[in-house]
Parts: sequence; C-alpha cells; structure tokens
Amino acid sequence: MTQQPVIIAQDISKRFNDFQALDRVSLTVDPGERVVICGPSGSGKSTLIRCFNGLETHDDGKLTVDGREMSEGSPHIRQLRQDVGMVFQQFNLFPHLTVLENLMIGPRKVRGLSRHKAEELARTYLDRVHIPEQADKKPEQLSGGQQQRVAIARALCMEPRVMLFDEPTSALDPEMIGEVLDVMVDLAQSGMTMVVVTHEMGFARKVADRMVFMEAGRIVEIAPPEKFFSNPETRRAQRFLNQILGH
Amino acid sequence: MIRLRRILNLRVVAIALYLAIMATIIWASWAGAQRMGYNWQWYRVPQYLYTLSDDGFQPGELLIGLWASVKLSTAAFALAVVLGGAIAMLRLSGLIVGRGLAAVYLELIRNIPLLVLLYLFYYVLGPIFGLDRWGAAIITLAIFHSALISEIFRAGINSVAPGQWEAAAAIGMSRGQAFRHIIIPQSVRFMLPPLTGEVVHLIKSSAIVSVIAVAELTTVGRNIISDTYMSFEIWFTVAAVYLVLTLLLSFGVSVLERRFKTG
Repeated sequence: MTQQPVIIAQDISKRFNDFQALDRVSLTVDPGERVVICGPSGSGKSTLIRCFNGLETHDDGKLTVDGREMSEGSPHIRQLRQDVGMVFQQFNLFPHLTVLENLMIGPRKVRGLSRHKAEELARTYLDRVHIPEQADKKPEQLSGGQQQRVAIARALCMEPRVMLFDEPTSALDPEMIGEVLDVMVDLAQSGMTMVVVTHEMGFARKVADRMVFMEAGRIVEIAPPEKFFSNPETRRAQRFLNQILGH
Repeated sequence: MIRLRRILNLRVVAIALYLAIMATIIWASWAGAQRMGYNWQWYRVPQYLYTLSDDGFQPGELLIGLWASVKLSTAAFALAVVLGGAIAMLRLSGLIVGRGLAAVYLELIRNIPLLVLLYLFYYVLGPIFGLDRWGAAIITLAIFHSALISEIFRAGINSVAPGQWEAAAAIGMSRGQAFRHIIIPQSVRFMLPPLTGEVVHLIKSSAIVSVIAVAELTTVGRNIISDTYMSFEIWFTVAAVYLVLTLLLSFGVSVLERRFKTG
C-alpha cells in the first residue's frame, strides 16, 4: 500500500460520566477498504465512528483521520468533515429544504460552489441513489428508504474520501432496507472507503473487507467476513452471531 | 347531567343563553350608571377619533394617540428582539460568563415591577444618561419584554432536533452557518405564536407609560377625560381601540402562520 491509511485509531478511549464507551480501541482503515462494525447495543460502535468525524472527541489515545490528528477543538475539524461523509440512523435531513436544496446547501455554503455547479452536482448524486424525480419534494413527502438515500446523496455531494454509516437501516421498515443497501453496495463497488455500523449481515458478507466485532467499548475481534461468519475466534462473537443469525 | 349538557349545547339554546348573559351585563351597567345619574354623551366621542370636514379625513386625538402607541410599541419590540436575541445567545453559548450575565439580567427584570422599572429609567437613569420620556419609555418596555422574548428564542432553538446540528456539522458547516441556514429557519415556526402573544402583551403594557406622560393612547384618553369628564365613554373607547389593534395583529399573524406551514 503506497497510500497511508485514511483512519488510524491508536488506543482511543472515551468516557461518558461513569460509562466507558470506548476502551483503548485501535483500528486502521486503508483507502478503498470497507469495514463493517457490529456488536451488541451499547458496545461503542456508534461512538467510535462518531469520533472519526469529530462529533465526539476521544479523551485518550491518538486518532488520525485523512492525515490530520483529531483532538479537542481541532482547528481543521471543519475541513476534515468535508472529507468524511456521515449517514445517520435517523437520516437527519433538513426538513425546511427540498431534496435538491438539502444536497446543494453543503456544496454552496461550505465549499463555496456556484448555484449552477452545486445543482449539477446534486442532480448527479440524486441519479446515483436512483431518485432524480424527487428533487423538488420536501423530505417529509418521501418514504424512509428514500429519505435515507437522499441523506447518502447529501453526504456524497461533499465528495468525501471516506463515508461513515451509523446504523443506516435500523430506523427503516423492513421493505425499505433493500433499496438503501443496494445504494450502499453500488457505492462500495465504486471503490469508496466505507466504515459501516450495521447488523445487516447479508450486506456485510457481500461488501466487507474486514469485520470488526465490538463489545463493552472494546474491539474483541477483527476478521475477514468469510472467517468471521463461519468460524469466529471468540466465544462472544460466536454468541452474538448466533443471536442475530439464529432465527 | 349529560342530558343537560346536550340541551345547553344546542345551537338555539346556546345563542339565547349568550344573548341573555350579554344583555344582563349591559343592562346592569346601564342601570348602575343611570342610578348614579351618569350623563351618557356618546355623540361627543367620534370627534376624538376622527373628523370629516372639507379638508377630508382628519384623525382625532385618540387616533393620533393610537399612532403614537403603535410607534412606541414597534420601537420597543424591535429593541426587545435585539436584546432578547442577545440574551438567548449568551444563554446558549455555553460560556460561563455569558450564562452568568444572562441569569442576573433575567432575575433582575423578572423581579422588578414594570412600573418601578419605568420610574427607575425615567427619574434615575434618565437624568444620568440624558433620556427623554420617549427614550425612557422605549427602553423600559424593551428591557421588560426582552426577558420573555429571550426565553421564546431559546425554547424555539432548543425545539429543533439535535440531529440537525449534527447533520449540519457533518457536512462541514460552522456553528454560525448551521444556525443561519438550518436552525433558525426551522425554529421560526415554533417562535411565531408565542412572539405574537408577546407583541400583544407589549402593546397592552405600553399603556403604563402614561404615568410619565408620554403622549400615547392612554395618556390622550386621560387628557380628554380631564377636559370633558366623559370617563365612561372614553375609557370604553380606548379599550375598544386597543382590542381592535391587538385582534387585527393576531389575525394577521395567523394568516402568516398558515402561509409558513404550507410554504
């Protein structure tokens, strides 16, 4: 690998009052790599990827994202966030703006593109998530699956180097999960670096280069998916897989 | 009981009851006034509202007073919004100094009566800072109402889902940008109804500046009465003028709100 890793976490820890959310977590993500993080709720998965774009700041350890060291009040945090796209469980679209405006506001206000350029970009990415016809609607007029695809397109409009997904399908009705995962598979195949927190094991099997299993704020196991699903090393990962695949 | 409620809610019965109650109130007031030997002179009232002469429509003293009240309230409200906004920012800033300052300011205003605040500005701070009646009146009303307005701003901003801040941050917006483009446009919807209430409240409390003889609606009414002794007619009229003003305002804003909802 000639390029340096996009994300280097070295022994990062994070406490919320008495709760140890992250306990000396180390993880490296290379360019073009797809990493899927799973684990029981409260295991620190979300906290970890929220640290990757500075929505949470770690207390201890060293975190370098896209060649920049992250720390409390990092001056380049805004620059960094432009290079790190984030998709939330609850979509978090801007309800007062149309779909197209949701996509354009970042490029226009943050990257300083002209209206024309921003719209062109927005329409390109709206095509890529297969909903060009919804451009002028308000988010509330869309289904959950469509909203999440808009959220993915909004993040892509910043043309990030890495995309973070925080349980992107957990808030969706079952029949809408597929359309969102399809978009994510497309994205993976286009070579985007992705870190995905999800329990969708079918998706993980299909796109993940590595599986990361977390529990109680620690990374318990890192393995390629073939190995992780057929023959996990730790008992805890085994138990977790039985629970979510068992029935 | 249920049957009684059903009968009372019949349209005919309800209207009849309403009319009977209103008639009783009006009759009782009229009879009371008769007993005092009050000499009603409603015919003398219109000239204080307006006159129609060869020169066309001429506003009377009361309308001129109303205009003064509107100007006073508008100026005070504008200043109150600026002050309230600043206080809300201080409270939301997360700075200890800012929150401390805001807390002291709010406690002071909430615990001093409006009338005393007015006297303080007119008789004490007025001479010190060279404030005239109008200045003292505007500043007093603005400061008094800025407390509640800051609370309305704060509540409106807090009612926007925290995920909106995060989504804005995640695409690289600064706090200021998130505020301007994402948070404020969404919170206006929450703020409009209580802000309207506060404007109505301000218009009503503006009557109090008549004690330092600012020539607004209430002062004008009092002056007319001391010339004419028509206290019943003029106070009724003054009350009606305030009522019309505030009802029109509420109506206008409700139209605006409907547009906000669909727009």
